[in-house]
Amino acid sequence: MTRKQLLAVSLLAGIAATGAKADDRTPLLAQSCAGCHGQSGEGMGEIARIAGYDRTAFIAIWEEFRNDERPATIMNRIARGYTDDEVAILADYFSSIE
Amino acid sequence: MTTLTRRSFGALIGASATTLATPGLLRANSTGRLVIIGGGFGGASAARFARINYPDVDVTLVEPYPTFVTCPYGNLILGGKRTLPQITHSYDGLRARGVNVVQDRAADIDPDARTVALESGASLQYDKLIVSPGIGLRWGAIDGYDQAATEVFPHAWMGGDGSQITNLRAQLEALPEGGVVGLAIPENPFRCPPGPYERISMIAHYLKQTNPTAKILAFDSKEGFSKQGLFEDVWAELYGDMIEWIPANQDGRIVAVDVQNKLFISEFGEEHRVDVGNVIPPQTSAAIVRDTGLANDTGWVPVNSRTFEADAARDIHVIGDATIAGPMPKSGYIANSTSKTAVSAALADLTGGSAPSDPVYFNTCYSHGGEDYGISVVAVFRATDDGFEATPDSGGLSPRGPLSELAENRRLEARYADAWYDSITRDMFS
Ligand SMILES: Cc1cc2nc3c(=O)[nH]c(=O)nc-3n(C[C@H](O)[C@H](O)[C@H](O)COP(=O)(O)OP(=O)(O)OC[C@H]3O[C@@H](n4cnc5c(N)ncnc54)[C@H](O)[C@@H]3O)c2cc1C
Ligand code: HEC
Repeated sequence: MTRKQLLAVSLLAGIAATGAKADDRTPLLAQSCAGCHGQSGEGMGEIARIAGYDRTAFIAIWEEFRNDERPATIMNRIARGYTDDEVAILADYFSSIE
Repeated sequence: MTTLTRRSFGALIGASATTLATPGLLRANSTGRLVIIGGGFGGASAARFARINYPDVDVTLVEPYPTFVTCPYGNLILGGKRTLPQITHSYDGLRARGVNVVQDRAADIDPDARTVALESGASLQYDKLIVSPGIGLRWGAIDGYDQAATEVFPHAWMGGDGSQITNLRAQLEALPEGGVVGLAIPENPFRCPPGPYERISMIAHYLKQTNPTAKILAFDSKEGFSKQGLFEDVWAELYGDMIEWIPANQDGRIVAVDVQNKLFISEFGEEHRVDVGNVIPPQTSAAIVRDTGLANDTGWVPVNSRTFEADAARDIHVIGDATIAGPMPKSGYIANSTSKTAVSAALADLTGGSAPSDPVYFNTCYSHGGEDYGISVVAVFRATDDGFEATPDSGGLSPRGPLSELAENRRLEARYADAWYDSITRDMFS
């Protein structure tokens, strides 16, 4: 396993692989997205893949969703529910998955 | 080994675990014992999440049914868009992840000894217990509506073995030409606030094709409902005058049924004859949490908003429809989303950590109105010191407007709803 793969695996495994860091909000925050975008953001049916998303693009798109500047059926309503800090956590997480 | 049934085998594994692990030894070479009651939206999600994120923890899932039939997408069976096998899920995926799936029913909980007594007579020892048993029906709340009556007037509000939803579907197929379908809809709180109205839409979708002169009478114990404007648009746009919704202030509350004569009887004594009746009765939490004193006198379980530990007992976390969690709805997505915080909180405690900080709980309920016609409601919830609140200025409903302008939006939401179903059921069972 390469270091990158290892990192990806431990991120997928969330808390455990790195030793139950319950105060790390990443795994739980990202879980809300799994119900539509797939387990690790790999996409599902007609819902887009977000794993491996470019970090800068992710944050820019989020801002567009928030402001209704990007066509959306639902992400506009979702995007307004997260703070800037949380968006940064989500962007870190999804951009780091292969 | 040959004489052991699967059931006693499962129980034995639970029993042998009793000798393992005191908290101090925990992460050395295993183990804590997480027992989960109920293999539905909350319980299956919890089991899977625990195995992936806490591989050292023993996870036992207790569920009486051999497979799980989802309520979500059950209405699509009525609409002719799905079949029972398509909404039936196996526990084999969880078994493959190392979950000890015990096909049995939890009969009692001893919070001091930290044991769960099973109906088969076996007992399971836990360090942490997660309970997600769903709803119970309030037998007797509608006069004449008992277990036997569900054969004539199915509720189809719990998955069970799937026979309730297929019963209702078969009755719709046999509806005489121009016949009357009646629904009795309960007061709040109940499982899946938009569910009855999606059901009305899916029944109309089916009848429009096969029996266009049929009527749907929806008797409601309330005067308003979830996504009301959106559903009224659907009904007007797609089904003309096939559907009549009768709210409580127009004598819509059904208080009794007569299954022999197929009657719905209203609060003010009006008798309505129906050819097919769907009674969605008033609800409470499942028996296991009421019988063990976890529920309070409302019939639902008060919990800590950050950990889901029950107010009434240490080391027992209750999630899903059984809890008092308003304004969060009793939905599958909420059961799934909160299960992960509950597992993290329970197991952090076991391993000496702290509960997850600032949890966020997520809900989307998609509904199908007809062909290529999806609508949704979304909310991002947060824990407060004494409950839950929706994040201000976020979430909300699909846009309203003329279908001519919104057809593409509705079509896309229907496809995204399908993706949601596939995604969330994988998050439970794969
Ligand atoms: C028609 C309809 C449509 C719906 N559509 C949607 C939707 O589109 N989106 C959505 O998010 N939600 C939807 N829901 C709501 C969703 O089904 C529930 O909110 C969800 O199932 C709640 O999860 P739960 O874990 O609390 O209960 P359940 O999923 O019902 O699971 C409880 C499990 O516990 C088991 N159990 C009960 N007692 C015991 C015991 N003593 N021992 C062991 N096991 C026990 C039961 O057999 C069951 O398998 C819908 C509901 C209905 C009725
Ligand atoms: C209820 C289903 C649902 C949930 C939950 C959800 N999304 Fe989405 N997401 C969508 C849909 C549908 C789209 C397509 C745009 C639209 O119609 O709103 C999308 C689009 C996106 C996109 C843009 C993809 C692209 O390349 O165009 C990103 C990024 C994204 N979502 C991130 C997230 C994150 C992060 C979360 C969790 C906080 C999340 N989503 C939760 C349904 C969902």
